[in-house]
Amino acid sequence: MTDREQRTRRLDALLARKTVLIGGAVLLVIALAAALAPLLSAYSPTQLAIAQRLHPPSARHWFGTDDFGRDIFTRVLYGGRLSLTVGAAVVVVSTVLGAVLGLLVGFFRRLDAPVSRLLDAMMAFPDILLAISLVAALGPSLLNVIIALSIVYTPRLARIVRASTLVIRELPYVEAARALGVSTPRILVSHVLRGLISPILVQGTFVFAYAMLTEAALSFLGVGVSPDIPTWGTMISLGQEYMDTAPWIMLFPGCAIVLAVLSLQLIGDGLRDLLDPRLSKEI
Amino acid sequence: MIRNRLLHAVCGRLIGMIVVMLLVVTVVFVIVRIAPGDPASVMLGPQASPAAVAALRTSWGLDRPLPVQYLLFVEQVLRGDLGQSIFLNEPVLSALAQRAEPTTFLTLFSILIAVVIALPVGILAAYKRGSAFDQVVMTVSMFAASIPTFWLGLLLIEFFAVRFHWLPASGYGGPGASLGDRLSHLILPAVTLGVASSALITRFTRASMLDVLSDDYVRTARSKGMGEMRVVLRHALKNALVPILTVIGLTVAVLIAGAVVTETVFGLPGVGSLVVSAVLRRDYPVIQGALLVLAGIYVLINFAIDMLYLLIDPRVRY
Repeated sequence: MTDREQRTRRLDALLARKTVLIGGAVLLVIALAAALAPLLSAYSPTQLAIAQRLHPPSARHWFGTDDFGRDIFTRVLYGGRLSLTVGAAVVVVSTVLGAVLGLLVGFFRRLDAPVSRLLDAMMAFPDILLAISLVAALGPSLLNVIIALSIVYTPRLARIVRASTLVIRELPYVEAARALGVSTPRILVSHVLRGLISPILVQGTFVFAYAMLTEAALSFLGVGVSPDIPTWGTMISLGQEYMDTAPWIMLFPGCAIVLAVLSLQLIGDGLRDLLDPRLSKEI
Repeated sequence: MIRNRLLHAVCGRLIGMIVVMLLVVTVVFVIVRIAPGDPASVMLGPQASPAAVAALRTSWGLDRPLPVQYLLFVEQVLRGDLGQSIFLNEPVLSALAQRAEPTTFLTLFSILIAVVIALPVGILAAYKRGSAFDQVVMTVSMFAASIPTFWLGLLLIEFFAVRFHWLPASGYGGPGASLGDRLSHLILPAVTLGVASSALITRFTRASMLDVLSDDYVRTARSKGMGEMRVVLRHALKNALVPILTVIGLTVAVLIAGAVVTETVFGLPGVGSLVVSAVLRRDYPVIQGALLVLAGIYVLINFAIDMLYLLIDPRVRY
């Protein structure tokens, strides 16, 4: 390795650590603001105050008010609760399902072909299309949005876990464990799973970001959660009618989505560079 | 020998594609069957008598056991019959075909925009790795990938259509509109869709080029005194093209998904907005048909890319 290459590599690692820190800090602020919403705002996210309708941003209403006089700042905070909850829940469910599927397929070769083809078929459906069809079939509710998005994103994680498992199962320490007579489930859990933490963490962060974007799109299209519940997507949907006269209604929730998704992508990108240098060149 | 191997590879991919297609059909069947309530009562409305619902169920074969329904469904799909829309009163296939034009143009337009931006920018960013340009490209592309398409679409409408009246805000020019008029309605939606994909393709082009630029043959070409332009474009890009092509292919799926949202924002009468209205009206045959056709297109595109690999890169013929 030349000096120049070494220097670039060190610079990359430093940059990666910085991006994770910045992304993490921004996400933490958003999550805290959403969690502490009742403390940060004196207004209710749903109570109507017609006298206050369509006020532009001011000292009283930092982000202005909507057509029902509701405080946009408050609604963005409460909307964040929902959007973040959906994203987090989808990550947890699809990670667990994806890890189990990927591990089984990666370890038991006989399952590989059929399950991998099924994952291929699931991934042939465009994200949003599959999600709206599932929500249409299951009925629109918060839980069903989470279920639908988890089904959409499980194959992604399962594929990554499968690919990594195929590499890890051939590593000397796993072979050694097998030679020592350690049972397969134990090898899976204590040896292989440990090696999978990095790729799962990286992919999970991206799935979090995608799930939030897709949830927002579902809410915007009116096929997600009920429009009465403030989510960033429903707020933009309701605000589009007033884009001309009161652009702040749709501007701030949109900025919130961009900020949250950007911070997640920064974390994912940095984590990938830090944890898995082999993958760092991809995308 | 080589021809034999090529034939073997083509057959392998073809069988794989057919299996995936069959699984796609199965997944669609399952999705529609998990829906609570049945299509017959949805179509006839809440006031319908149980006898009428039962009669319709029988005529649609919904009273048969599930495995029989499944086989009937597969047979129907193989015949190219995607059923009848509940609300449009026309066959699903013709409803989809009628709305194919805006969606096709929209997808092609946005992929064009994405590739025209992404390829040069990605190549240059890789070539100037670590420079200010590279960092700006990486930051901007990550930012672009974080913007929800529908929101970007609304902002573009507000700016270019409402404020400055440069471009039409929505629709597809009405019946009898000229091709030019119709295409002008596609500029804003195509930009909206193209931005996110160009971010993805830029990052991927950069990554693939970085991979290749550090390879031995690039070093050899340079040490032979070959001009930089030639090294990058003739040697490096040629080899980086295979992974880049994959991503462009995968992007088509992202674009089709994006079209669902973008068409709704811009009021384009395409397949995407048809799906959304079908979901809102619980028109299951249309949802089912759109899922099948769009996933089928994706599988076909992937197959075509696989075939292209075989032509471009002899190493793939394993």
